[in-house]
Amino acid sequence: MRRFRTYSAITLAGLVSLTAACSSSNGGSPSAGGTTNSGPVTLTWWHNGTTDPVKSLWQQAADAYHAAHPNVKFTVDPIQNEQFTSKVPPALASNTPPDIYQQWGGGGLASQIPSGKVMDLTSQVSSWISELGATAQGWQADGKQYGVPYDLHVVGFWYRKDLFAQAGITNPPATMDEFNADVTKLKNKNIVPVAIGSKDRWPDAFYWDYFAVRECSSDVLKQASKDLKLTDPCWTRAGTDLKSFLATSPFQTGFLGTPAQQGAGSSAGMIASGKAAMELQGDWELSTMTGLVSNTNFKSQVGWFPFPSVTGGGGDPSVALGGGDGFSCTTKATAACPDFLKYLASADVQKKVASEGLGLPVNPAASSSLTDPTLQTISAYSAKSSYIQMYFDIAFPTQVGQSLDAAVADFFAGKGTPQTIIQSVTNAGSGGK
Amino acid sequence: MSEARLTARAASAAPAVAGSEDSVGRAPRKRARPVRPSGLRKKLELAFLLTPATVLFVGFVLAPIVVAAYYSFYNWNGFGPLNDFTGFKNYHDAITGQVFRGAIGHNLVIAGLSIVIQLPLSISLAMLLNRNLKGRGVLRLVVFAPYVLSEAITAVIWLLMLQPGGFVDHAFQAVGLGGLVHQWLADTSIVLYTLFVVITWKYIGFGIILLLAGLQGVPAELREVAAIDGASSWQTTRHIVLPLLGPTIRIWIFLSVIGSLQLFDLPWIVTQGGPADASNTMVTYIYDHGIRRNENGYASAVTVILFIICFVFALVYQRFVLRRDTEGALTRTVG
Repeated sequence: MRRFRTYSAITLAGLVSLTAACSSSNGGSPSAGGTTNSGPVTLTWWHNGTTDPVKSLWQQAADAYHAAHPNVKFTVDPIQNEQFTSKVPPALASNTPPDIYQQWGGGGLASQIPSGKVMDLTSQVSSWISELGATAQGWQADGKQYGVPYDLHVVGFWYRKDLFAQAGITNPPATMDEFNADVTKLKNKNIVPVAIGSKDRWPDAFYWDYFAVRECSSDVLKQASKDLKLTDPCWTRAGTDLKSFLATSPFQTGFLGTPAQQGAGSSAGMIASGKAAMELQGDWELSTMTGLVSNTNFKSQVGWFPFPSVTGGGGDPSVALGGGDGFSCTTKATAACPDFLKYLASADVQKKVASEGLGLPVNPAASSSLTDPTLQTISAYSAKSSYIQMYFDIAFPTQVGQSLDAAVADFFAGKGTPQTIIQSVTNAGSGGK
Repeated sequence: MSEARLTARAASAAPAVAGSEDSVGRAPRKRARPVRPSGLRKKLELAFLLTPATVLFVGFVLAPIVVAAYYSFYNWNGFGPLNDFTGFKNYHDAITGQVFRGAIGHNLVIAGLSIVIQLPLSISLAMLLNRNLKGRGVLRLVVFAPYVLSEAITAVIWLLMLQPGGFVDHAFQAVGLGGLVHQWLADTSIVLYTLFVVITWKYIGFGIILLLAGLQGVPAELREVAAIDGASSWQTTRHIVLPLLGPTIRIWIFLSVIGSLQLFDLPWIVTQGGPADASNTMVTYIYDHGIRRNENGYASAVTVILFIICFVFALVYQRFVLRRDTEGALTRTVG
């Protein structure tokens, strides 16, 4: 499932119908992650798959698990993506949280731990979590496993092969210098080089994130999520790189007001309809575009290439920016919950995750089920990556990550300096507003 | 008699809530005399009738305000216990913050523009639609239609129309005004005014309906008398119609200012307060911090500030402006 796809659309849906879905589950289940699995239990499951294929995929998974474990029933409760931010905090503060709920890991997960309601899964998953590779670390806090991902995402450039050909570009750019040269070539042909949905802020942050990934060593990147201190000079260089990139004016007219995924005029819609040549987006872009235009001919015309290398950058060029989707159990759930998460990460379910295009499967055994050639390219790239840096707005605690997004968005609008972006993180990290 | 007294009691029991119509309506200013000691029955009757309203009011209005005020003294992200007491730091951060100050400014700009532009527009359209025009019913419907749409739908429609190269740009170009095309939502110096146009489109119908109702209350005899005395159409409007519309206009201003201060849905969906906070309102700011950033304590503080602003405005406005209406401005102005 795309992590962001619904940001704006769902805000709207959330406003239109502020449904108060009360969770009700059986009251008889043992608390605090009890190990008994004998009595019948009902697991309430909050996920963000409100539309197909995700919705029916999860329903099938619940049905299949119930068939194999007749004692475990499910109350499946699909909730609009954006509502999780407002529904999870009160749910975790109450005595009736759901048993399983959507979890994006990183700093957001870490902020939830003090509620005392997120189940520590470490002992239940230790025997099999390594099959998922390093990805699962994103759902850890203080060395404990608090959630399990079911898909992962990688950010890179989606591009139109036909428009590249028109501009005489034979190979996708591998370095920033080549990239800038291609921008000029596209402009000469009156083609919008890069589309971006700046209204939503997070697409802006992808650029800063990636420049930081290219400039900073993996150790510096990993340390940043721990101490939220961006003291290394590489963070400033990320801002100056971004500044010189913005100076080339690569984006469409009025990009500051463009939504990322809402309507045919969105940045994703522009790629789908061939109105722009490139967009920096996650692997979910393909399914986003499919939802925006009726004609799916574009699929044969789009390709993907990784974020170009930056000359003199101190970062490992094989590091990628990404993230993923997963689930956590609450302390109200029984041991059936981690077992169910294991089922979701099993090759069986993962093959469906891949073939339905939810994202890249977390279980490598399912990679071969990716049908789209572009997604296969992305999957191969992520498999080769030495490290996948989680998008900083998720990796950092929520208030810090959002503060970063806002500062980068201001930067795109011409406000601020590379230094103010760093200050926004350190300031929010120390409780400033 | 006892019924009237009960109404008076109910009205004085409920403090003036922003936008609450009963408190600005016909509540008699003179308090009814204390209930005579006519027994237990009367007291029971009162308790029976007032309890439901009081419980709802306390539970859904007063209690949340008190709870928000309590949260506002803590640094709290919604998870775990409230244990990081920070006193007035949240208030200090908000009031000294450039972004929040900007948001207040935007609210005031919208409120000011509403009075300066929407009000005259509403009055002229209402007078026009009050005449015996052909197709008057259809015209009234057309003008009122946007008000019936939900804010979310309005916002999405305009978001799509205002995109570069979208409907609005094409419309300008089609009538030879291509030079006026701007980046409606992307230009930080324009976006707030773009939103104001959308707000006007949406709410003008409400003002017109309100004023049309007010115009029905202008006695035809007065116009006739004025006409016989040789008053021009403008003089009649200026000296008879407008003064008699006074109470309606004052109520409209009240609702409009409160609505402007609490503006949220439309700007949030169209711009999310951006670009670079150029169209933030107080409530989009609250949403950004409270929901998106999980800064519950801080957002509560901002909410309390918003509440105080609205509350003070409502009190002052009712005390000094609406007071005459509740005392019978109609008869006095004319008489």
